[in-house]
Amino acid sequence: MTTAEKYVTAAYCVIFAAVLVYVVIIALKLQRLERDVDELERRETKAEDDDRETISVG
Amino acid sequence: MGAVERQYRVPLPVLAVASLVLVTLALALVFFVVPNDADQGFSQRIFYFHVSIAFTAYACFAGGAWKALRHLWKRDPYADLESYVAVHQGIIFGSLVLLTGSIWARISWGHWWLWSEDQLVLFLVLFLFYCAYFMLRFSVDPGPQRANFSAVYALFGVVLIPVSFLAIRIAKHFIHPVVFTSNVTSNLPGSMLWTYCITQVALLVLAYTLYRIELAGKRLDLRLRELRLA
Repeated sequence: MTTAEKYVTAAYCVIFAAVLVYVVIIALKLQRLERDVDELERRETKAEDDDRETISVG
Repeated sequence: MGAVERQYRVPLPVLAVASLVLVTLALALVFFVVPNDADQGFSQRIFYFHVSIAFTAYACFAGGAWKALRHLWKRDPYADLESYVAVHQGIIFGSLVLLTGSIWARISWGHWWLWSEDQLVLFLVLFLFYCAYFMLRFSVDPGPQRANFSAVYALFGVVLIPVSFLAIRIAKHFIHPVVFTSNVTSNLPGSMLWTYCITQVALLVLAYTLYRIELAGKRLDLRLRELRLA
């Protein structure tokens, strides 16, 4: 492999790595958002259940 | 801030597949189809992506400025977040321009960076100007004031784009290669021109895909914060 080939390969690896890191960061963030959505849904379901219980008791 | 959904013509999965196919095609053309440049040899292959990434960064900054104008002019409720995401994309692509440019400079000039080159320094100024955008944005509390300050700043920055683009043509030394002149076909003959065009389209589609993904995440994040406060 010549020096030019090594540098060109390095340049394309840098581009690939940057896009990969970006996609991984976004994927992790979306995972966190999904967890947050699930948590909110659980809270909402729990609140609805609590409301139903209150009505039946009253 | 309540309205967080904007309808797009092209669905995100279609964009993702298109960018994957186009980038793969561009890489195949760069490494297996185009001949070596007579003057620069193998190292010229960096330019297909380096130049395309540079134009994509300019497009992102210009897009950010356009959205900033929409925010200030039409009070478009989506525009502030879109402007921010576009500038963020511009910074990512701008970093890649500087990195790939430095690698090419090391092969051809024997230096990672030359402060005497107007083109390089002006691009760095543009890049740092937009880096400071984030410092400004996050130094102000969320709200209309932050959106207005950010929009005005993003609009000022767009003035640097033509300066940076034209610097290569008005530079005294002409060390940095000039590809896009009035006679582009003689500088990039045959398959080289096609490869460049396909690479440019691929990177624009990739940038737009990443923009849409980031925007979707940011909007969801915003909506969740609103729900938590409700």
